[in-house]
Amino acid sequence: MMFLHFFVFIPFHSHFTIFCFPVLKAVESFGMCHTKWSEKYQKKMEDELKKANLPYRDLMHVSDNDLELRRKDHISHFILRLAYCQSENLRRWFLQQEADLFRYRFSQQLSGSVRKFLDLNDLHYTSILPNEKVELKTQLINSTFGMKELFDTQDFYKVPFTDALDLVRGRKIFLRHGLAYIPHNDLVSIVLNDFRTSLSRALAVTARGLPVIQEDERLQPLLKHLSYAYIGQDYSVQKNVGNISLDQLDSLATRSFPLCMRSLHYALRDQHHLRHGGRLQYGLFLKGLGLSLEQALTFWRTEFARGSIDPEKFEKGYAYNIRHAYGKEGKRTDYTPYSCMKIIQTNTPGPGDHHGCPFRHTDADLLRQRLQSHRLSSSEINQVMEYVKGMHYQLACQKYFEFTHKVEDGAFGLSHPNQYFEESQKLLSGGQHAKRENSGEVQKPVVAPVTMPQSSHPAQSSESQSTQLSASQVEEQELLEECFANGVVLRFVKGTVELG
Amino acid sequence: MKQQLQHYRKKTMADADFCSAQLQDLLPLYYKRFFPFGRFFKWLNYGGVKKNYFQRREFSFTLKDDIYVRYQSFQSANEMEKEVHKAIPYKMDIGAVFSHRPNQRHCVKPSAFQAQEKELVFDIDMTDYDDVRTCCKLADICANCWPLMTFAIRVIDRALREDFGFKHRLWVYSGRRGVHCWVCDETARELSQAARSSIAEYLSVIKGGEGSIKKVNLSDPVHPSIQESLKLMKNDFEDYALVKQDFLGNEKKREKVLALMPDDLRTDMRSDFSSLTNSVNCWDRLKSCTQAKRAPDKWRHVHEEVMLQFCYPRLDVNVSKGVNHLLKSPFCVHPKTGRVCVPIDLNKVEDFDPFNVPTISQLCWELDHLPEVVDAQAVQVTEEGQKRRRKDYKKTSLAAAIRVFDSFLEDLEASWRGRLLRESDLKNEF
Ligand code: SF4
Ligand SMILES: [Zn+2]
Repeated sequence: MMFLHFFVFIPFHSHFTIFCFPVLKAVESFGMCHTKWSEKYQKKMEDELKKANLPYRDLMHVSDNDLELRRKDHISHFILRLAYCQSENLRRWFLQQEADLFRYRFSQQLSGSVRKFLDLNDLHYTSILPNEKVELKTQLINSTFGMKELFDTQDFYKVPFTDALDLVRGRKIFLRHGLAYIPHNDLVSIVLNDFRTSLSRALAVTARGLPVIQEDERLQPLLKHLSYAYIGQDYSVQKNVGNISLDQLDSLATRSFPLCMRSLHYALRDQHHLRHGGRLQYGLFLKGLGLSLEQALTFWRTEFARGSIDPEKFEKGYAYNIRHAYGKEGKRTDYTPYSCMKIIQTNTPGPGDHHGCPFRHTDADLLRQRLQSHRLSSSEINQVMEYVKGMHYQLACQKYFEFTHKVEDGAFGLSHPNQYFEESQKLLSGGQHAKRENSGEVQKPVVAPVTMPQSSHPAQSSESQSTQLSASQVEEQELLEECFANGVVLRFVKGTVELG
Repeated sequence: MKQQLQHYRKKTMADADFCSAQLQDLLPLYYKRFFPFGRFFKWLNYGGVKKNYFQRREFSFTLKDDIYVRYQSFQSANEMEKEVHKAIPYKMDIGAVFSHRPNQRHCVKPSAFQAQEKELVFDIDMTDYDDVRTCCKLADICANCWPLMTFAIRVIDRALREDFGFKHRLWVYSGRRGVHCWVCDETARELSQAARSSIAEYLSVIKGGEGSIKKVNLSDPVHPSIQESLKLMKNDFEDYALVKQDFLGNEKKREKVLALMPDDLRTDMRSDFSSLTNSVNCWDRLKSCTQAKRAPDKWRHVHEEVMLQFCYPRLDVNVSKGVNHLLKSPFCVHPKTGRVCVPIDLNKVEDFDPFNVPTISQLCWELDHLPEVVDAQAVQVTEEGQKRRRKDYKKTSLAAAIRVFDSFLEDLEASWRGRLLRESDLKNEF
C-alpha cells in the first residue's frame, strides 16, 4: 500500500460539527413522541431531512454538489464519533439515533438504488427457489405480520440467523435449521444489523485512540460540549457523596423518587430482597444520589437481614456485586446509573422482577391503580395514560412529575431517573438547596442549545460509511477511520477538509 | 433378578437417606469412584480442535463454608482430578473459555484477559413458576409440578433443534428444583452476547414482571414456533393442569385465570364457572366459548394464552445472555439434597423422576453393598483386576446417567472427527 500522508482540516468554529446536531437530536425526539415507523413519524423524518437537504435519495445519479455535501456529512459524522465514543451511555445513544436514521433513509431508497447499494457493500443475498417458497407457504405467512396479502409478490432470502438478530429476537421471521427466511421488505433489518455492528466496533476502536486526541486542548471542550448537549448529564461522576443519610430514604422515596425507583424501594422494604435486575437498577440510582459505598453496603445488608439472608450470607453472595458496581472489584469499571432509555429498552423484567419502567412494563390497569394510590385525580390519570398508550413513557413520567409536584410544565426534558430526583429536590426545597446540590455543572436541559446554522449549505446529517458509494468516498472514510484507530493526531486548521 | 434389584433399590433409598452433614465424608469417595473425569475432559476438550480449549476454560469451586474460588483451570483430566481430590469442592461451576489460561491471568494485562467462548446455556428454575403452581413454593418440588420441567425440556429442545439447528444439546437435572441445558455445537459456543440474548428472547413467550398480570399476548397469526410449542404441550396440559394442579378447582384459582381474559369474556365465564363443579368442565367451557364460530377475534387465542402462561418454559435470560456466566457442572452433587446433577435422556423425558435420581449417600452405600447382591457381575469385573476400581459406577444407579452422557459424547465426537479428518486431508495435499 502507498504510504499516505494526510492532514484533516476542520474549521474550528465552523458549522461542520454542529451540522449533525439537529438532525440526530430530531431523530431522537421523533422516536420519543411518535410511534416509530408510524406514518406521522415517517412524515416528520421526511420534513427534517428535507430541511437538511441530504443528497442520498437517488444513488444512481450523483452530482458533484452531492459529493461535496456528503463529504461534509461524513466529517460531521466522524467528529460525532469522537464525541460519542467516550462512554457506554453516549455510545448507546449515538448508535440508536444513527441506526434509526439509517433505517429511515434505507427505506426511502428506490429499488435500483437498493440493489446498487447492496452490490457496492458486498452484501449478496440469494432468494429461495419457488418450490421452497410453496412448500413453506403457511409457515412463512404465519411468521410475519401482514404477510398474507404480500406473500405472492415477495421474494424471500435465506440467511444465517445470526445475521438477522433483531428479527429473531422479535420472532418476526420464520426460522428453520438455523436459517432465517427474510421477506424482501425486511431486508433493511439485516443491512441495519451489519451497520450497527460495524459502527459499534468503530466506536470502540475510536475510544481506544481517544487519549491521544484528547491532548489537543482545542478539541477537548468541543467534544465535551457536543456530548453533554445531547443526552444530558450521564451521572457517571458521583456528586454529593454523603449528602443523604439512610433514614431519609423512605421519605425521599415518597416525595422525590420517580415511580420506577419508588416501586423498587418499596418492593425491597416489603420483601427484603430484590432480584439481580432490581438490585442493579436501584443500587446504581442510589449511588447516583450520593450514597457512599459503605452506606450502600449497610443499606442492603440491613434490609436483606430482615429477610432470609443473614449478614454472613450477604457478605458472600451480594457484597461483591455492590463493590463491583462502585468499581471496587473486577474490572474496576465504575458503573453509571441507568438512563430512562436504558431502563425502558433493555433487560425487560420477567416473573418475580420489580425493575423496569412502570410506564412501560406495568399493565395499564395496575398502573392506574398505583397512580390513584399516589393521589392523582382521574383526569390526571387519564392524561398520563394517554401518553402511555402512545408509548411516550418518559413524557408520561414527566406528566406524573408535574402533577405530583403541582407545577405546570416542568420545563426539563426527562431522560434520567436521577435527573427526576434532582429536579424534584430543587422544587421541594424551594430552590434554596438547588445551588449547593448542583455545585459543579448545573444540570442542562436535554434540549440541545444549538441552533441550526443558517448557511448556504444546509445542515447535514451524519451517515454511516456503509452508505458511501464512490470509491473515493470509501477511501476517505477508511483513512479517517485508520487515523482515529491509530491515534494519529489530527491537525485542525481553519478551512475545508482536504485529504491527500 | 431385575425384581430383586428393584426391591434392593427401594431399600437402599431408605437406608441411605441423605443428610447434608455427611457431605464432607462422602464427597472424597464420590470424586474418587464416581465423578467421570475422563469423559468430562473429552467433552470440554472438544477433540482438541481449538488449541488449549480445555486449558483455557474457567472452573470455579465452592468449598466448605461457602468459600468461593474463581478462575481455576487445568492442564489435563489428570490434573483436574488431582486438584479436585485436594480441594473437595461442594460445588463446581463451568465458566467460559478465555483468551488465556485463567489461573495465569495475572501474567497478562487485565484488558487482554477476555472471555471468548462458551456453550449456550439455559437455566430453568421452578421458583419462577410460583405464581402458577398451586402445590409448592420456592425450592420445593413434587410430582404435581415437575411436569412443568418436562414441558420446558420438550419445548426448548425442539426449538433449539429445529428452529436453530443445534445438534448437541445436553440436558441436566440441577439437583434440586430445575434443569439446565448446554448447547455444545461449535457455532453455539462462538455466539456473541447479542446473539445469545436474541435466542433467549425468541424463546421467551412470557413477558412482564410483577407489574403485569397477563404475561402472554398472542397476535394473529401465531408464529409457527409457538404453534409447535402449543402442539407439544396440548396433550399433557389437561393431565397436568386439570388433574394434577386442578387449576380451576375453586374460586380463588378461577379468578387467577379469569384475570387473563378480556372484560366481556370474563363476565361470561365468571357466571358460567360458578355453575360448574370441576376444572375439566370449566376448561371445556372456556375452550368451546372461545372457539365458537361467532366468538369475537380477541377471544380466539385466550385459551392458548392461558395455557402458555401456566406452562410455557420460563427462562432466566440473564444466564443465557452472558458469555461469562458460570453454571453448575453436570455430575456435581447438590449440597442441599445430595442428588447428583445427572444428564436427562431426551428419549425418555416423561419418565424422568427427580425423586429417583441417586443421592451421594445412596451411591456410596451401593458401592459397599452391591457386589454381594449381584454376584455374576462382580465376578466379571474382578477378573479385570486393575480396572475394577475405575468401573465402580457401572454397578450402581449412576450407570444409567453415565450411559446418557456417553451417547451425547458419541454424537459430539462424530462432529469433530469429521472435522479433524477434513483438516488432515487438507494438510496432506501440501
Ligand atoms: S420514565 Fe425514567 S424515571 Fe420515569 S419511571 Fe420510567 S425509567 Fe423511571
Ligand atoms: Zn409441587
